Amino acid sequence: MNTRAAEAAALAARDTYGRLVAYLAWRWNDLAAAEDALGEALLKALERWPHDGVPAQPEGWLLTVARRALLQSARHEGVVQRLADDPVVRRLLPREGDAAPEPFLQAHPIPDNRLRLMLVCAHPAIDPSVRTPLMLQAVLGLDAQRIAAAFLVSPAAMAQRLVRAKQKIAQAGIRFEEPEPADLPQRTHALLEAVYAAYGLAWERLGGTGEQAAVSADLAAEALYLAELCVALLPADAEARGLWALLLFCESRRAARFVTAPDGSERFVPLHEQDTARWDHARIAQAHALLREAAALGRLGPYQLEAAIQSAHAQRAVTGRVPWGGITELYQGLLQIAPTLGAHVGHAVALGTAHGAAQGLAALDALPEAEVRNHAPWWVARAHLLEQQRRWPEAATALRHGMGLTEDPRLRAHLWYKLQALQAAPVTDMPA
Amino acid sequence: MEYMIVFKETQADFDRRPDDAYFGAWGAYIAALHASGITKGGNGLQPPHTATQVRVRNGQRQVQDGPYPDTKEHLGGYFVIEVPSLDQALEWAARAPCASTGSVEVRPVLPPMDIPHAT
Repeated sequence: MNTRAAEAAALAARDTYGRLVAYLAWRWNDLAAAEDALGEALLKALERWPHDGVPAQPEGWLLTVARRALLQSARHEGVVQRLADDPVVRRLLPREGDAAPEPFLQAHPIPDNRLRLMLVCAHPAIDPSVRTPLMLQAVLGLDAQRIAAAFLVSPAAMAQRLVRAKQKIAQAGIRFEEPEPADLPQRTHALLEAVYAAYGLAWERLGGTGEQAAVSADLAAEALYLAELCVALLPADAEARGLWALLLFCESRRAARFVTAPDGSERFVPLHEQDTARWDHARIAQAHALLREAAALGRLGPYQLEAAIQSAHAQRAVTGRVPWGGITELYQGLLQIAPTLGAHVGHAVALGTAHGAAQGLAALDALPEAEVRNHAPWWVARAHLLEQQRRWPEAATALRHGMGLTEDPRLRAHLWYKLQALQAAPVTDMPA
Repeated sequence: MEYMIVFKETQADFDRRPDDAYFGAWGAYIAALHASGITKGGNGLQPPHTATQVRVRNGQRQVQDGPYPDTKEHLGGYFVIEVPSLDQALEWAARAPCASTGSVEVRPVLPPMDIPHAT
């Protein structure tokens, strides 16, 4: 399949692509075959529509052509019996050679099976590292090359991972069916995690210029779309709303995260120092509304708590101050259900800022040494709290250590800038 | 596993070397590398124009000043590190200040050769 042509057509109708793949994969129980068939249909569309005009029911046209392609390949494989229960297929059979597809959609609106498709992509039997790429390809129709660019791996390696994952789906007999109600919360959690991972990947590299920046901006947009889709497909799931709110809060600060130096290089700006005038207040309002809707559903979870922490930071635009006490409590809630290293460090900073640096430092010191030794944010947090205690040389040492562990040059530039200020501090602070 | 991480800097990087921010970033990186206890040795190198190339052809020694021409990136330094897997080696490679301007090559070190009488 010529994925580039398919991508061009799919980008024009991202929504349609996911719906059609989901429907075909569910009907045939074969994701790879569904994607191939739809790719073929999109190619035919690119070939024919410029001459024949766009059909009145483009989705129905694509679906009919894709079904025919699936049927043909199924015939080659001699598994037509499998399809005998499909009345639509039977209706198609005599018309197989006919180039003009029927107006299928008017009679049979396509049921939205994208939730099933997304749940299959984030199935527990699928390696977590390939869930996000799989979802980007199956639901959004991104080709392996674009996904590879976002994940910083070679296109061949990414294509191979995707093929293996689809083989796994087929071989392990993962069905395109709704999970049992008892399994649903766990399965949707994995699904939301995969969407979050897509945004996280983009977030780390957003900003700047050039090809990599464009890839990241694209990926961020795709992740936001997926988060929105999760809310639409899981209307009763509070965490889906929490996740979308969280991503919107992050997205609202995109323009404020970096400042550009006269030489064109960028420097990172930490959240509490960002110029709130550069925040996107429409997105913040949307995120607040989502978070309220989520709270009304009465099922707290880590994404809602993380979004609530971001919401608290967003209050600075209105009140001029950060409610560190409230943020500390939210982190404490988060640590109870999702005690990640990042949450621990965030909690220590909030605690130290709200209730004295000594408490924050104690929380940092309580973390296992082996885990934090090479974790840059731990060192930066430590430097920040030591600075509050005016222990300048120790703060400088910790900051320098954090800088040595930092990968992003924009973050490194920020730490260097702070280090310079810190090293100048004892002089300006000393009594005359 | 032992890996050599080889830093390749651009000419612009070499020109920036006296610059406080760039050199400071290297200092912080190398200090963090040493503090983690994984280094088995390594050094930064003088700029490429200080290099001398030696070849022996037809038994004749050929000596030439300077780096190989036509290369955009030049060897700027190296470390041998001992880490459990390639992933950790890549993580350390990515933290090098020249990773965002030049590149960093990561290579597994060959196990010691079985040379008779070698100590």
